[in-house]
Parts: sequence; structure tokens; C-alpha cells
Amino acid sequence: MKKILSFRYVVVSILILIGIWEILFLVNDYSEALFPSPFMAFKALIEMIVSGQLLESIITSMGRFVIGYGLSVIVAVILGLILGSLPGAFKYINPTLQLLRPISPTAWMPFVVLLFGIGDLPAIVIIFIAAFFPVLLSTVSAVMKIDDIYFRVSENFGIKQPQLIWKVILPAAFPGIANSIHLALGSAWIFLVAGEMVGAQSGLGYQIIDARNNVRADILLATILVIGLIGLLLDFLIGALEKKILKAWGGEQ
Amino acid sequence: MSYIHIENAGKTFKENGQEFTALLDVNLDIEKGEFICLLGPSGCGKSTLLNAIAGFDLVNKGSIKIDGKEVAAPSDRNVTIFQNYGLLPWRTVIKNVELGLEAKKIDKAKRREIAKKYLGLVKLEKFENSFPRQLSGGMKQRVAIARALAVEPDIVFMDEPFGALDAITRMKLQDDILEICKNEKKTIIFVTHDIEEAVYLADRIVIMTPNPGKVKSVITVPLHHLRDRTSGDFLLVRDKIFDLLNMKTEELIEYTI
Repeated sequence: MKKILSFRYVVVSILILIGIWEILFLVNDYSEALFPSPFMAFKALIEMIVSGQLLESIITSMGRFVIGYGLSVIVAVILGLILGSLPGAFKYINPTLQLLRPISPTAWMPFVVLLFGIGDLPAIVIIFIAAFFPVLLSTVSAVMKIDDIYFRVSENFGIKQPQLIWKVILPAAFPGIANSIHLALGSAWIFLVAGEMVGAQSGLGYQIIDARNNVRADILLATILVIGLIGLLLDFLIGALEKKILKAWGGEQ
Repeated sequence: MSYIHIENAGKTFKENGQEFTALLDVNLDIEKGEFICLLGPSGCGKSTLLNAIAGFDLVNKGSIKIDGKEVAAPSDRNVTIFQNYGLLPWRTVIKNVELGLEAKKIDKAKRREIAKKYLGLVKLEKFENSFPRQLSGGMKQRVAIARALAVEPDIVFMDEPFGALDAITRMKLQDDILEICKNEKKTIIFVTHDIEEAVYLADRIVIMTPNPGKVKSVITVPLHHLRDRTSGDFLLVRDKIFDLLNMKTEELIEYTI
């Protein structure tokens, strides 16, 4: 991670992006209001920071994200550990999971709004759904793939449920689970914006809709950049955390 | 009745509708404190027999009794040591040794004390805070031995424990295990396909043959610990086993004048 994000590469990479943007700005025929330059977007960003609007949106969105993603991971991992330990029961539940899994979380959106109305809940629900299936299914498969020898050793030493789950099953499946938690973070963040665009009156996603309604393409693009930056930061943080935990686990990596 | 009493024990599997006999009519009596090697080629049922006595996969014919009680499930009175160690990679060496003690509800300080004692016995006290992945194969198996002994079992089962190790490490561990046996006085049932290993370690060798897996004969090794791998007596026992396993080729010696 350090190498990928080393300072020189980051600067050059972003300069290339801004360069392409600037060129497109110079050659296109749209009005400035519809297609602003990088500098105009930057000014809009400063404007939002100064007015405090950006911070407020970020806090609102992060709150929803932490609740939705956090709950999703906790529920999915616990359920996954249980279902993974009961392959017989999982056979009855797996077809339903496979049916629900390919449905885009946004497809649930109108239904969720109908039930809960506009507010925090639709965004939280959509993030929950986005992270839930990948983490649940990876946890189940990680548990099912645990080497039989760990169970033999536990059985031999008289380690029974519920200790078995905490002492053996969770740690043995942990590398697989951690990986899926990491991947799910990215998709959860993507669907946060979708959720807020449809089901909320605040947050970063709503800010994009609001900017469109006011024909403020500069604010719109600045918000998109902020969303990207936060996504990158979150990914970096959880990646570092994952590595640290795996190391503490003494994993075989 | 002897300590471990095996009577007409047999095991059959059903695979794709076909019945397969893994073990047929095994009769064997083992006394307390004996070192028994189950020896034979792969498929002879030696691991099946070990798993049956250890309680992992029970026999479906005949009976196996330990101390007069029918074997029904694994117990921490009888600990198994596996070829691929079975150490928990997320635990340090000392926490691995403490694993069996945790289930016995021994308090933390006492656990640590016992674990240290047994790590000392296998000469790994310096590695108590290492993770298994940082150790060599021989060291990992010594951790597994310490973990098994820490719960003070009556019987130690070993399923080709040194099979994944290089020849020199294997010989060292064989010496270690003999010394530990002498001091700890455990009953040991040891599965191997290595004839020399069996002759070096065992009080009695149970020779098994495949298709179906059964006991061909049981020979008592008339040697004393510690044994000399190059002595004439040693080679004589080895030779006898080669003979029993039909591994001696009839050599036609030609004399030319």
C-alpha cells in the first residue's frame, strides 16, 4: 500500500487527471455552468468547506455508513459462523441467498422508502444490503473450508460449543472473513451515495442531487471528488487494519 | 483383562454403493506403559485402527475397550498427535500448549506454569512467544508433543508424527520421544510405515497388511532402549519384518569359477 500511494505517484496521477479534465474543459462547447474547470470545482470545494456545508454532509454520511456497514458486518459474520457450522441447515438457506444476492441494493430502494419514508433509514438499509451478502457468503465458505484437523484437536481436548466458535472457528476462518469485510467496504461506500440520492435529504449523495437542482455543476464535481477521496481513505484504513490483525493472528500469509 | 482390549474389531465403509472393508477382525491387547507401533503400507488400516481406538471414527464391528470401558468418543485422557501437527496458527507456541488446559478450567497462572514446564521438556522454552509459522517442522511437532503431554494423558496416539520431517530431524525426535516416554511412562500407540522407525521405538510391532486391512502378526522387539540402529540385533528384527511383509526378493546367486 505504501508503495502504491507513494507521494510521487499520487501527485503525478492526480496531475494527469486534472490535465485531462482541463483539456476537456477547453475543447468542449458546453457552458461553464454545465462543465466547470478543475479550478472552478476547487473554488466550489473551498466555498463548501468555508460554509461548513461539506463537513456537515460528511458527518451525516459517515454516520449512516458506520451504522449500516458496521451492523451488516456484525450480523453477517455471526450468521455466517452459525450457518457455516451447520452445513445441513445452510443447504436450505443457500438457494434463497443466491436468489437475493444478485439483486442490486438500489432495486430495494423504492420499497424501503415506501416503508420507512425519506431519512436516515433508507441509506442505512441499502448499505446494510450491499455489505451483507458478500460478507455472509464468504464467512460461510471460510468456515466450511476450515481444516478438519482443528476440529479433531478441539474435540480431543474437549473444547465444545460455544467456546469452539470463539477459540477455533472464528480465528481459523478469519483471514477469509477479513478479506470479504475489506471488499464489502468498497461496495457499501458506493451504495451509500445511491441511497442518499434517492432516500435522503442530507449527506453527500443528496448534495449531488441538490447541486444538480441548483445547476451548480462545480459543487457537484467537487462533491464527487470528495466521495472518491473518502472512499480511498476508508479503503486504506481498513487495509492497514486488516494487515495488522492478520499479523497479530499469526496468519500463514 | 488388559488395558486396551480390541476384540474382532472391523470397519466397513460404503462408497458409491460398494462396501469397502478398511479393517477386518483385529484382535489385540495392549498393556499400560507399552510402546506399540502399528506398521504397514498405506491402505492397511493402521490409521483407521488408531482413529478407532482414539475415538474419532469408531469401528462398526467388534469392540474396543480402554480400561474396561467401550470407546465412544475422543477424550483428553488419550491425546492424538497428527502428522501435520494441528497447531493453531493464530496462537503463540505457549498459547497452543495451553489449549488443552483451558478446557479443563485450570486458572491462568497455573496454565502458564504447566505449559512452561512441558515446553522445557521438549526444549522449546525460548520459543514460547513465537508463532508456529516461525518454527521448523521438527519444532512444530515438539510443540504438539508438549501440548499433548500438558493435559497428562494416559495414552498418546501418534499418527505418522514424523512423516513430514527430514530423516535427520526424524531420528532426533525419535530419541526425544523415547526419552520422554521413559520419564513420563505413557502408553503410546504409534502409526508408521517406516520399518526402522518401528524397530527403533516399539516394545511390540503390530504388522498390518492391506486389502482388507488386517493384522498380519505382532512381534515383540527383544531390544532395550536406547537402541543402536546399526547393531546386529537391530538388523535381525528389521529383517524379520521385511520377511513378514514379503519384501525380500529371492536372490539367485550365481557362482562362476
